[in-house]
Amino acid sequence: MIGLVLRRAGGGALVVWLVASAVFVCYFAVPHDVARLIAGKQASERTVAAVRARLELDRPVAVQYLHFMGRLARGDLGVSFVTQDSVRAVIVRDLPVTASLALGAAALWLSAGLLAGVVAATRPRSRLDRAITTVALFFYSMPPFLLGQLLLFFCFYRLYLAGVELFPPGSYVPLTESPLQWARFLALPWLTIALANGATYARLTRSAMLDAFGEDYIRTARSKGISERRVVLRHALRSSLAPIVTQFGIDLGTLLGGAIVTEVVFGLPGLGREVVQAITRQDLPVIIGVTIFGSALVVTANVAVDLCYALLDPRLRRR
Amino acid sequence: MTPVAPIRPRGPWRLASERIGRDRAAIAAIATILLAALVAVAAPLFAALTGHGPAEQFIETGLSSNGIPVGPGHEFWLGCDGLGRDVLVRVVYGARISLLVGVLASLLAVVCGAVVGVSAAWYGGTLDALLSRLMDAVLSLPYLLLALALAALVGPSTGISVVVIAFFNWAAVGRVLRGEVLAIREREYVQAARALGAGHARIMFVEILPVVAPTAIVYATLLIPSSIGFEATLSFLGLGVPPPTPSWGNMLADAMAYYKVAWWLLLFPGAALLAITLAFNVLGDSVRDVFDPRFERSVARARGGAA
Repeated sequence: MIGLVLRRAGGGALVVWLVASAVFVCYFAVPHDVARLIAGKQASERTVAAVRARLELDRPVAVQYLHFMGRLARGDLGVSFVTQDSVRAVIVRDLPVTASLALGAAALWLSAGLLAGVVAATRPRSRLDRAITTVALFFYSMPPFLLGQLLLFFCFYRLYLAGVELFPPGSYVPLTESPLQWARFLALPWLTIALANGATYARLTRSAMLDAFGEDYIRTARSKGISERRVVLRHALRSSLAPIVTQFGIDLGTLLGGAIVTEVVFGLPGLGREVVQAITRQDLPVIIGVTIFGSALVVTANVAVDLCYALLDPRLRRR
Repeated sequence: MTPVAPIRPRGPWRLASERIGRDRAAIAAIATILLAALVAVAAPLFAALTGHGPAEQFIETGLSSNGIPVGPGHEFWLGCDGLGRDVLVRVVYGARISLLVGVLASLLAVVCGAVVGVSAAWYGGTLDALLSRLMDAVLSLPYLLLALALAALVGPSTGISVVVIAFFNWAAVGRVLRGEVLAIREREYVQAARALGAGHARIMFVEILPVVAPTAIVYATLLIPSSIGFEATLSFLGLGVPPPTPSWGNMLADAMAYYKVAWWLLLFPGAALLAITLAFNVLGDSVRDVFDPRFERSVARARGGAA
């Protein structure tokens, strides 16, 4: 078990290192003048040279790479070109918004998706199954940014015109300030992510459960006279959880690194919107820092998923 | 003696097309896709018919005196956008981008995935270990974040969008096809081909590829809608198809600023985007059911058991 943990963690660290190196190559080794970018178009040659020296851009690429990796290993992600804030401080500032959004939405989509999938799979080809499958396909096909815009239009604007101010538009109130306002401001963004992802999970659960129902051990369980409820929940659902856990790890990890589209549509000041703004401002350290942070989160989530497998499937623990 | 009508042999492809023909949802999906393709091809016709180019601005007739876009009406059938451009003509031209990027990116991803997946499974050993780790790594990346960073670095363009979308999709195809090839490479008929002296290339193309082709087709069909959504998302965030070229994604980004006064900017490109992704997903689901009889069987068994 400990060997498994160590191996997976090592593999994860390798992926993060690869991503960081790829990002380094993209931003520092390709021929475009970073110092000129920072100093601005009007800056004199002397200013540009000073910037170059300060960022060590005049040193050999290998030295720059070692320094970059050294700073990264100490958790130093550099300083924003635009605001001069440290990128770590930016991440610490924005993460609560993104985490509130991602974790709340995850609770919603996981419960709704699993429930819908199990209900559909236990009544295949019934009217209920068809209804669930159709609704799931609809939201699965809808790009989240479109769904967010539609929710904003109907649930905020149309309701607002009708005199109902149930959902306020884009802003954020910290949980510590007012839990009620926090939930009100996040309700529509949660719904956006939950509908989009819940549809995927309903589809995934349904097909995994249908596969499981075809297995011999389910027939055995039924012939032993176990109640159908127990067959569904303990035998079929448990063995169907593997693909769902995989997907959940990747989805949650990705979202924690920035729920980009939802944050942009609803104007939430999280990591995702930060990156999009950094891109328009050409703020390289912020783009790099958040990208590496996001990749590290996804990789961590994957390691956690592997450990969950070991918990779900006793055969894996012995390897 | 009554003459017996000759029974025509029905191969897997024929069976598949017959089953699709009986699926009404699939027929509707195919009709929608063909209609969209037709409209995309005939886009210049729409421009000629209305007399409005896709990037042409009509400040005088398209915007009201205080700069608000004009709604659907006689002159502009689906209204105007914030710069006084014809929404109908732009939606029609947007279909070109969506279909082009969606189909090209999916094809590229499936071809790369097939090459990597099949060769990893066929050659095995170190190559397999290396390629499998590579696929795992690509699959475990926060794709939208990296796609944005990549597009921002190279500068957004339609071509870059295709490459970026394909890059984040090939690994999923590769992993599935690798699994399939691993299962069939030890089959007797493959061994027989080998014993007869067939080379690696011949076995891969003649013996293995036709067997995994249905899976590749199912994946290609299901990748198209997700690629179309991916392109729209990149364009929505300003890192896909650069303006003034109309794409449904960048049109919906423009709609953000006007959603209180111009619902048509949200409705028409949004409906077009949803219709095309929905059609491809319906088709993909039914193609999968057709090629995967196992699925049908497990449904039947589950039904028998639950009753």
